[in-house]
Amino acid sequence: MADHDAIRCDACPVLCYIKPGRTGACDRYANDNGQLIRIDPHVVLDRALSRGDSVVPFLDRHREWDGNIVSGPDTFVTAIGAGTTYPDYKPAPFIISSAVQGVDMVTVVTEGIFSYCGVKLKIDTDRYLGPEATLVRAQGEPVGHVTTSEYGSQMLSLGGVRHLTGGSRREGTVTCETLLNLCDRKPVELTIDEGATLIAEAGKPPVVDGVQEERMRVGCGSATIGMFAKQWHGKVDEVVVVDDHITGVLSEHQAGKLLGIPETGIAMKGRRSTPGRYFRVAEPGTAWGGTNIEDPLSILKEFDPTIAWPRLRLLMLSTTGEHCAYFELDEALRPVEKQLPAELNESVARIKENCEAALCTVLFMGGAGGSLRAGVTENPVRLTHSVRDALTRVTCGGAPVYVWPGGGITFMVEVTRMPEHAFGYVPTPALVAPIEFTLRRKDYAALGGYLDHVRSLGSILQGGRRHVSANPENPWPLSKTKTPRPDR
Amino acid sequence: MRDRAQIRLLADGRRLHLHDGPIDGIVEAFGPAGEINLGYQAAAERFVTVLDELCGELSLLRQPARIGGPPPVGVIARRMMAAVLPYSERSFITPMAAVAGAVAEEVLDRMTRAAKLTRAYVNNGGDIALHLAPGEHFVVGMVERPDRPSLFGKVELHSTEPVRGIATSGWRGRSFSLGIADAVTVLADRAAMADAAATMIANAVDLPDHPSVTRVPARELAPDCDLGDRLVTQEVGELSTREVAIALDRGLGVAKSLLSEGLIRAAALHLRGQTRVVDAETSLAGLADRGEKSGRSRIHA
Repeated sequence: MADHDAIRCDACPVLCYIKPGRTGACDRYANDNGQLIRIDPHVVLDRALSRGDSVVPFLDRHREWDGNIVSGPDTFVTAIGAGTTYPDYKPAPFIISSAVQGVDMVTVVTEGIFSYCGVKLKIDTDRYLGPEATLVRAQGEPVGHVTTSEYGSQMLSLGGVRHLTGGSRREGTVTCETLLNLCDRKPVELTIDEGATLIAEAGKPPVVDGVQEERMRVGCGSATIGMFAKQWHGKVDEVVVVDDHITGVLSEHQAGKLLGIPETGIAMKGRRSTPGRYFRVAEPGTAWGGTNIEDPLSILKEFDPTIAWPRLRLLMLSTTGEHCAYFELDEALRPVEKQLPAELNESVARIKENCEAALCTVLFMGGAGGSLRAGVTENPVRLTHSVRDALTRVTCGGAPVYVWPGGGITFMVEVTRMPEHAFGYVPTPALVAPIEFTLRRKDYAALGGYLDHVRSLGSILQGGRRHVSANPENPWPLSKTKTPRPDR
Repeated sequence: MRDRAQIRLLADGRRLHLHDGPIDGIVEAFGPAGEINLGYQAAAERFVTVLDELCGELSLLRQPARIGGPPPVGVIARRMMAAVLPYSERSFITPMAAVAGAVAEEVLDRMTRAAKLTRAYVNNGGDIALHLAPGEHFVVGMVERPDRPSLFGKVELHSTEPVRGIATSGWRGRSFSLGIADAVTVLADRAAMADAAATMIANAVDLPDHPSVTRVPARELAPDCDLGDRLVTQEVGELSTREVAIALDRGLGVAKSLLSEGLIRAAALHLRGQTRVVDAETSLAGLADRGEKSGRSRIHA
């Protein structure tokens, strides 16, 4: 049946014989002079466009490719839309050569189907989201859990194989949809058992129980006292910085002592840790400083009448400066709220200024399984070693990744650094994410790479590829020196 | 294998896109949101095995159908065989002539069994299976050519009518044609029936041995094509108005006999701006009047 010049496409079980210059039954794979090529739209990162340079030659159809390996190291082919050869252990859909500063580089490009994957969600808030290890739900289905509190942030872990395929069909579907939406930078509503309802969206402020978070705290209550004690000195007699973690009291705090601030007779609720530092002045919540208090005076006991004095000036504020109240003691040593004196305005504003914008950050985390690695080399473990030895750079849609130490290739990538619409899913359910491995051609040969499948960059760029500008904050995937991450 | 298929909602958030190998379908369901979800889940679950199932008996499905021949195993393959068998004694036909319609039918069938939908369609590359709950109707827009879409007529399909399948065939399409029709659109009771009938009618719209028509053995284009050495149309040059009419009338004759046998409910044949319509009821009435244009059907719901 087979003609001598037809090639057999094994991209799908139809196994078409395709004649030169023609496509298979799908109109997606074609025979280009004996080579099977895919003619789908496929994302190409374009560095020149992001720099505002003139458009590089490959976009100009009238200009002939000059036969060199590369039209410039300014083009990087991402795996978005590349497809995958899973579950067959055959070479990845695209293995592309390019010359970078005289060195032959190879980039292996594939889309991975990640059954083991999830997102780590960092919610910049001091508000209480829920107890550690409780379930996080979307549309009523469990999709993850609350993990640790970090500095100024609450961490959630969503997805993972047990929610994707270990539970009910609906649990898997909803988990997959939630992950996909978060990775696609869409807002997602999450509810936490015995906790808050949250709207999370990558790169946007979180909304906790209907309130949009604005700022991260600059430090805990005690740290805030330490940082700003000098600015308060002489303008106010006592300062309490309310914080669910450690509430600080100026006159008792080491910083106040150093400034010679006298005792005020203030008495705090909660458990004293070290002088001027209190744990658990209230229950966790979404009001002052991540506690449940609406009235700051509710965390004070009566002032000691042997020490306190009438007209004592008291400033109470939260760690973000978002909540703030000023009191003076009356003749009976009871705090009476007064207008904040102008001279204190500045220090409150300074605290606010030091609190960064509160955001949700979404890190996609996945593990490249054996068959994905087998698409890169015949001996998958060598790829792992090569990544370990920093000979192979891993990128995800051109964005830098953090590869976990230890076995396997388990990585994390911040989704806002990737091109849009980089993710997909399969009904397993599992997420589909792009992954690229870039290394020197000689290193690729050494690890048993599919050298006979390496194609020139120029040959890839013909046909309908989607060009996107490179994210200027990302190190260029083909650069020889590792670029440190720029400050944001 | 299940991981190969791509199944995702389109950007409009309403329609589902199914893609696996050469199969490319659009699904849309109407009804309560929960039921739509159930329907889409059923469609997705069914779809992931479709291609493997078909490829498992591809060699049989590429053989000419004959009564008394070996029956295929898969449910889609049986739908294909059932749709083409009525033609097997009068003409060459393989079950592949009904593959797109049969896939659409099967996916739709799973959806309507899993969910209470008011309306739904599965459009598999122009071969469309329809579901209509009592009292519902679809408006199907006829566009001139998919590459130059412009609505030139509308057909209303009501639940009281028997039509649940629409298919279009012609040499400009993705499959090879033995004829020269720009497009033949058929309405039938089922999508697989419509698919097979459109293929047969489009093959019949022809001018054998006409010098303006370029024909190439199918095998030279696609070595494993079920049409083997049969000549398929690759280009149609100058034709006189009279020649166009002759070609169309040949197709019309076939369409009329299929109508009388109950194999189709209506057909619209297009070639070089001329149109012929056969119609049991009134579905396509009126389209012939506007006949300077050729037509292809696409659903606009």
